[in-house]
Amino acid sequence: MTFIKPKFRHPDLPKNKLGYTLSYYEGALSTLCAGCGHDSISAAIIQSAFEMNIEPHKLAKLSGIGCSSKTPTYFLGNSHGFNSVHGRMPSVATGANMANKDLIYLGVSGDGDTASIGMGQFVHVIRRNLKMIYIVMNNGCYGLTKGQDSATADNGSISKAGIVNQFQAIDLCGLAIELGATFVAQSFSGDKKQLIPLIKAAMAHNGFAFINVISPCVTFNNNKGSTKSYDFVRGHLEATGTFDFVPEMEEITTTYESGEKHAIKLHDGSLLQFNKLDSDWDPLDRFSAMKAVHQAREKNEIITGLLYLNQGAMDLHELVNTCDRPLNTLKKEDLCPGNGALASINAGLR
Amino acid sequence: MQPTDIKDPEYFHKVVDCQYACPAHTPVPEYIRLISQEKYTEAYMINWESNVFPGVLGRTCDRPCEPACRRGRIEEEPVAICRLKRVAADNKGEVKPFMPQGPFSFNGKKIALVGGGPASLTVARDLAPLGYEIHLFDEQFKGGGFMRSQIPSFRLPESVLDEEVNYILDLGIHTHFNHFVHSLEELLSQDYDAVFVGTGAPKGRDLPDLPGRNEGAKNIHIGINWLANVAFEHTTNIGKKVIVLGGGNTAMDCCRTSRRLGGESVKVVVRSPYSEMKASPWEKEDAMHEDIPIVDNHVPIEFVVKDGVLKGMNFEKVTPIIENGKRKLVPTGEPLVFIEADDVLIAIGQENSFPWIERNIGVTFDKWDMPEVDTLTHASSHPKVFFGGDAAWGPKNVITAVAHGHQAAISIDLACRNLPLTQRPSPFVNLVSQKMGLHEWAYESNVVNDVRYTVAQADKKVTLSNRKTEVELGFTKHEGCKEAERCLNCDVQTVFVEDKCIECDACVDICPTTCITFIDNAEEDELRQLLNMPALNTSQDLYVSAPLKTKRVMVKDEDVCLHCGLCAERCPTSAWDMHKFLYKVTKAG
Repeated sequence: MTFIKPKFRHPDLPKNKLGYTLSYYEGALSTLCAGCGHDSISAAIIQSAFEMNIEPHKLAKLSGIGCSSKTPTYFLGNSHGFNSVHGRMPSVATGANMANKDLIYLGVSGDGDTASIGMGQFVHVIRRNLKMIYIVMNNGCYGLTKGQDSATADNGSISKAGIVNQFQAIDLCGLAIELGATFVAQSFSGDKKQLIPLIKAAMAHNGFAFINVISPCVTFNNNKGSTKSYDFVRGHLEATGTFDFVPEMEEITTTYESGEKHAIKLHDGSLLQFNKLDSDWDPLDRFSAMKAVHQAREKNEIITGLLYLNQGAMDLHELVNTCDRPLNTLKKEDLCPGNGALASINAGLR
Repeated sequence: MQPTDIKDPEYFHKVVDCQYACPAHTPVPEYIRLISQEKYTEAYMINWESNVFPGVLGRTCDRPCEPACRRGRIEEEPVAICRLKRVAADNKGEVKPFMPQGPFSFNGKKIALVGGGPASLTVARDLAPLGYEIHLFDEQFKGGGFMRSQIPSFRLPESVLDEEVNYILDLGIHTHFNHFVHSLEELLSQDYDAVFVGTGAPKGRDLPDLPGRNEGAKNIHIGINWLANVAFEHTTNIGKKVIVLGGGNTAMDCCRTSRRLGGESVKVVVRSPYSEMKASPWEKEDAMHEDIPIVDNHVPIEFVVKDGVLKGMNFEKVTPIIENGKRKLVPTGEPLVFIEADDVLIAIGQENSFPWIERNIGVTFDKWDMPEVDTLTHASSHPKVFFGGDAAWGPKNVITAVAHGHQAAISIDLACRNLPLTQRPSPFVNLVSQKMGLHEWAYESNVVNDVRYTVAQADKKVTLSNRKTEVELGFTKHEGCKEAERCLNCDVQTVFVEDKCIECDACVDICPTTCITFIDNAEEDELRQLLNMPALNTSQDLYVSAPLKTKRVMVKDEDVCLHCGLCAERCPTSAWDMHKFLYKVTKAG
């Protein structure tokens, strides 16, 4: 019986700039169903953190309840973590972020945790442009309670029990763009080539970065007729482009040609290079992003890649003008300016 | 790349590195698993069937399996395969009931075996149960050949050798001991249907032209002859100061035996650098442990003899340099080094010698005066004469001699049945799923982190005072179990079925050693570079599937796969499964 992952790794495993190998970013052995898309997303997160040279203690992973929200146990075992109440991950992330803006906040949620019980929190955290990465592992069903349709199940999708879903799906990406999210992307758990650069770009983004990842539930929603099965998703993917994330320090070797290749300089100086596949779409234009989402829905396609990016907006700290230092580093002298200052304030009010 | 054909038994055979490296292809993981389950008799019999001398080999084998062991590629030390074999031999129960039971009905064919070493004994064991009447000739008074005369008793107790030789002789072999065969022609003139030559490489190399060789002859000995004299108790002592020339395992046996016969200051002097010595690393260590310094880069120049008495030897110091890609030893120009010695043992190699084979009876010899022997069939140019062991292609080791014996036995059997010698039997192969439940396998899939256990040795004071006291104590049962658990079960194969795969990446994500990649197909060189971890060890194969739904292929680098079964456990569709692969070289008959 194997509930233990062997400690041996490939002897030639490369090290990142911090001297860590990929294994340093791993977590416990997954207890999700064999073949769950969530495990692939976990692996993509591990790879992204490794490649971004993130010091594990500089990252906090936050989650709610559900299969998706269990995953933080399975990646970044050396980072901070908070497994919160169902649908309340954004509140906890907001609190933590307000208290210490030096950490990277990685929120992991599911379609139930976000589009049903957590919908209220989700829309408000978008409004506030909280600097965090918000990943939804979206499988269109409640896998932990035997696969009932969730709010993201597509109209007409057939469940494992053979029942056709009568309700309209909530399109999380469309909603996020509508509400002014500043980084919106959609991807597929089975396409790490695309997912990893997107997660890395999200980590570099200064604001709320939302990635909706279609992640098939291999146990309850991988049947014929389901619109979230491996086969269906693979057959209906329509990428906005191919992506490559280039960190600031790295020399850029790609040559640009014929206007198809584009690069967006991100907040921290890194570049998101992409090869546009859809000529109508411009990720910096909210209307064209919205249009692309609607068109894809019309054509019964799953649009993937970066959908929309807005680097001009202020994040929550800038909006409410918080202090620069983490609260736990503030000393009494910082918090209490003393009698002199009080007297001068009082004097100003006389 | 073309999809891998796993129906070819050699593909998975190669994945079982230890078995593949073993000349006799003993199913190593199979018997190691039995040792971990304390099934010593069964483990012994798997060995006996394949390598005939488990007790002997468990102490003295050259261990080609261990450098090949996968464990050595993922951590420092391979599994102690050789010493585990001894655990099986030491702790086995009654094994005779599991061996072929005579008397066997005579099939009308008579075979003569010349030489009583491992190759001949293997032929005897394979052919006797088939009804052949076997006649074994040896100049010694007991069977065993070089295993008896060359391997000192402190490494291989006589009782162990006797036991395993007798298992074979008890099959009804007609032995002709103390019988030196002087003429092959005469032997062939008798009514033998085939003659197997397993006479080893009996001639020790000398340094006949070195000044002082003749003057000091009384105290200058040829290593292998001297060892035989010690084994048969013709020689019982040696001078206090001894020089052993040579860097092979015979040199190690000579120096350690000298220490037990009165040698107090024994030195091994070797021409080449220490790292290039032919002796196995563990034998060098054992020699040094017995206070025997190894002096390298010293070329013998002359024996120093005064008044008819050997005083020592002069050596020239050299240093290795690389010239045109070849290693050369160049004198350093320092003055000659004199090393005192009462006796010198020359252990610089051994050669074949066939003075008893007439050159005009149809056995062709090449320009090096070696018989022309077919590498597959072991047949000579004479239809009735077969060669094996060191006699065939020069000195190797016991396990190679055993492997030769099996193949020669097949050829002799085919020849006696008037079948073409090239009609070799296919190996026995079995591939069976180990799945027992959701997280349950029929093998212990957990990979233990233990480092290699060391074998305890008896007190040096005791072993140096008695030539017959065995130095190594062997693993205890507990240590044997623990060491056996280090085995990675490379014979439990990862078998991939394309049409079940849904490309969910679960195997890729879980694999501890990053062996699996789903990728667009390419030529091998390119593919090796493009994998999630580049497959740079080209001696290990890539397992490539047929194209999948996305037109990609699954590529698995066999190099550092732990055979932990996690890919199969995380596979939702059983596209991966763990199958136990058993490969046995088919024997004669």
